[in-house]
Amino acid sequence: MKLREIQDILDAEVVTGDANLEKEIKYGFAADLLSDVLALGRGSGALTLLITGIIHPQVIYASNIFDLGAIIFVRGKRPTEATLQLAIENQIPLLATPYIMFETCGRLYQHGLRPSIAKVKNG
Amino acid sequence: MAEAEENIRFHEMFHIEGGNFMNAGAISSRVKKILKEAGFPGKIIRRTSIAAFEAEMNVICYANQGNLSLFITPNFLKVVVEDEGIGIPDVNVAMREGYSTANEKIRELGFGAGMGLSNIKKNTDEMILTSEFRQGTHLEFVIYLSGQDKG
Repeated sequence: MKLREIQDILDAEVVTGDANLEKEIKYGFAADLLSDVLALGRGSGALTLLITGIIHPQVIYASNIFDLGAIIFVRGKRPTEATLQLAIENQIPLLATPYIMFETCGRLYQHGLRPSIAKVKNG
Repeated sequence: MAEAEENIRFHEMFHIEGGNFMNAGAISSRVKKILKEAGFPGKIIRRTSIAAFEAEMNVICYANQGNLSLFITPNFLKVVVEDEGIGIPDVNVAMREGYSTANEKIRELGFGAGMGLSNIKKNTDEMILTSEFRQGTHLEFVIYLSGQDKG
């Protein structure tokens, strides 16, 4: 689905003003631990949306490693100014939604977004 | 790991300041940029960047200061991270997934899950970790460019 649809589904605000909302997103990954993003990130990064409550610049650095397609902040959180600047430099679109993480994931799944990784091997 | 040093095609060293959380990830981003500009395959870049990110975080979280060096040779990429800090009392225990000594500040930033060292091991072909308690830690890892020589 397009980033524009994700924005609609989640009543989200596009924090990085001139983001390309026609960008195609197919997968999602939700985590509040960047350790998990680093451990479980996969190669299909450009088509993946990261759903998180972490608003510090590290989230951009971590996303950058996987060339992630976009990030959405949940629970009404807003990125710090440093995070925003870094996202603009790295051309990663940032969205912000008032919905909690569970509701965010549920709505996206219902509309066809699928997990970038469904389960771990040794869980 | 002891390949002839004369084969080094590129070497750059980055300084890491312990406790500087705001810039955490900046150095591994630069490593990634260098590898991308050098034209390495995506998977090689990703594995090296992930391991470098985890290593950088460890210096920021637990050491006073350190250096991360990137070496590019015809056959492999090598990263050496040396720090001055509290060190690791028992390297084997620290390697266990989920083992962590992270404080609240580190966890607030989304780190400290005790996955870092095992994630470095998972993403690299060779890894050596040694530490002097209360002095510092030495970490090196290698990623083969052929992609076949795992182990």
